[in-house]
Amino acid sequence: MKKKGLYQLKKSDNKIKEYTLSVLTEDKAGLLNHITIIFNRRKMNINSLNVSTTEVKGVSRFTIVVESSKEKIIKIVNHINKLIDVLAAFLYEEDEIYYQEIALYKLSTKIFLKGDLVEKIIIRKYGAKILKIEKDHIIIQKTGTKVGTQKLYDELKKFGEILEFARSGRVALSKKKRKTINFIKKLEKTKSNKLNI
Amino acid sequence: MKKILGSEALIKSLLEEGVDTIFGYPGGAIMPIYDSLYSYQDKINHILTRHEQGAIHAAQGYSRVSGKVGVCFATSGPGATNLITGIADAQIDSTPLVCITGQVPSQLLGTDAFQESDVIGISMPVTKWNYQITSSDEIGEIISKAFYIARSGRPGPVLIDITKDAQFSEVDFNYKKCERIRSYHPYPIINDKKIKKASKLINKAKKPLILVGQGVLLSNAENELIKFSEITGIPLASTLLGLSAVSCDHKNYVGYLGMHGNYGPNVKTNEADLIIAIGMRFDDRVTGDTSKYAVNAKIIHIEIDPSEIDKIIKTDVAINADAKEALIGLNKIVQKNSHEEWINEFRECDKLEFDKIINKEINGFYDKLSMAEVIHKISEFTQGKSIIVTDVGQHQMVASRYYKFTEPNSNITSGGLGTMGFALPAAMGSKIGNPNREVIAVIGDGGIQMTIQELATISQYSIGVKILILNNNFLGMVRQWQELFFDNRYSFTEMKNPNFNKITDGYRIKNKKLEKREDLDKVIKEFIEFDGPYLLNVIVEKEENVFPMVPSGESVSNIRLE
Repeated sequence: MKKKGLYQLKKSDNKIKEYTLSVLTEDKAGLLNHITIIFNRRKMNINSLNVSTTEVKGVSRFTIVVESSKEKIIKIVNHINKLIDVLAAFLYEEDEIYYQEIALYKLSTKIFLKGDLVEKIIIRKYGAKILKIEKDHIIIQKTGTKVGTQKLYDELKKFGEILEFARSGRVALSKKKRKTINFIKKLEKTKSNKLNI
Repeated sequence: MKKILGSEALIKSLLEEGVDTIFGYPGGAIMPIYDSLYSYQDKINHILTRHEQGAIHAAQGYSRVSGKVGVCFATSGPGATNLITGIADAQIDSTPLVCITGQVPSQLLGTDAFQESDVIGISMPVTKWNYQITSSDEIGEIISKAFYIARSGRPGPVLIDITKDAQFSEVDFNYKKCERIRSYHPYPIINDKKIKKASKLINKAKKPLILVGQGVLLSNAENELIKFSEITGIPLASTLLGLSAVSCDHKNYVGYLGMHGNYGPNVKTNEADLIIAIGMRFDDRVTGDTSKYAVNAKIIHIEIDPSEIDKIIKTDVAINADAKEALIGLNKIVQKNSHEEWINEFRECDKLEFDKIINKEINGFYDKLSMAEVIHKISEFTQGKSIIVTDVGQHQMVASRYYKFTEPNSNITSGGLGTMGFALPAAMGSKIGNPNREVIAVIGDGGIQMTIQELATISQYSIGVKILILNNNFLGMVRQWQELFFDNRYSFTEMKNPNFNKITDGYRIKNKKLEKREDLDKVIKEFIEFDGPYLLNVIVEKEENVFPMVPSGESVSNIRLE
């Protein structure tokens, strides 16, 4: 008997992994809602989401990070690709992309009283920087992976309370040599706009 | 150039798209459009339904029989939300619609203005595309996009919401038909390698089976499909929405698939060594338990919507293409073959099904009339040439089983969504979409009461539909499940119905009640031959079950004959 159907998948397809979706879209209002309801319908949580402009005017990029099985996320990508105003949705595993997140940490200025902590930990070890020093608080900024920004968080916490913390969504670019504008030009010329019989 | 109002620009845009029929219901936020429509009554036939749900189901019926895009109008707020069920129905059954809704003036958006609802937000998950027009400049471009999107590729419903100020402001109107959207690629370019790979599987298969879906009808591939089956000798089975794509009397046709389908095509699915699925999406009502579905078969899936491929059933060869284009490609290279012995196995199954079920159903086994004998009689009398519009429930399954379709685009039903109340309005849309053919609505006593107000529309416009109520004073399908799976606990399924004949009298529509078997022939003859709308209320056996049946979630091999 051959394995087939929804309920008998390959074991590797069932493994939960982190995936990054990079979705190129027309710059249209309402698309964010359109994309997120596709995740909602299948009860999938979004770990991080970022929307930004691209180097091509009128084209936006959604970068979405999720934990999912391959089977499930492929179906979601197919569904996103179906949206009329989506130019293309790409699915990446961690080793296929360059990616970064940015984190901001607000701490009491008293942290300076603890000797050379600032220089040693913040600047040297974590490659973070001080964004702002005010009378009663300082803002530290670090760019990196979630693991890296979390490590700094844990370290800073040892030296006193963190007043506020925020981490951005992931931004990612694929390792492939691809020029967005060329890709879009190709889309503008394909013959898939009408029936060819 | 002379400036015109946005509302008139909308009507002109519809005319540019060849629209000649609109189903709708006016209200405050769409009044400018209705005012413009008043001047175009010679070019556009507007049907005033009695509820917006009636308008959209009528547009669905209109589209399904004619292949054209169905158009409906509704006002903002409740008018728009009343369309939602029909939009969801059209989305899951791939029906091309353009729904135009009025909206409060743009400066009032988001203020909870009178009759304001966020119809763009509400309709987002159930439309192929939606858009809110807030400026009259956008009207031409957006309407042309709406029609292009609705009808191309896998068709679907589009909703365009137009604020009242956009309808009222002036615009230089010029119309350009949409031919391409760079982010939308409705017709995948066919991969010849896949066609070759598929033909190899087809040529060497010993027990192949073709599953015919609605995609065959939507791409007008009926002739190519018959040619394919006749060259290869492969038997054809149909899904619910694929019914009528192949004439039921074709020598290779082996019946109807799914939960209440025929015995042969269900059990033989698990004996087949090759399944060729064309324009269908392996709905759970067709597959039953997917892990026990087509267990010995390789799968070829011809499907225009890439997101349907590998969604439910893993394919061996996926041909992402329009059904007609793929079949033309296959027909050029598949070898001539025949599978007579294999087809004979289906005929053996047919005999078993006839002896166990059909014979009793159509030959007066019950005290009262059975649903099947009424449909069987109508099928014989009309020679399978009518358009049958069904609602949802037992009568729907019986009509699908016992009406022997001989012409395409003749089976109009709510398949994916299973919308009770669909049939009456859809039938009037079907009659308007194809006035030369007989249109028979088959409806249960539950479903008729969900949209019974449309009898007024039928009466006002003298729409010559035949309305058949198969009346058992029960929500029959739910009752059947209660009997079989819920220990006869008939929880809220019995109905004390009104006198349907008196109600129909009130709407000034000819009608009759049929109870006795000896009157069946005579009354059916009168019902079909009458020129104009006619409602026939048939009192049928109260606790009849539809068999065969694949119990929900079980393998198609476990299909029960009793």
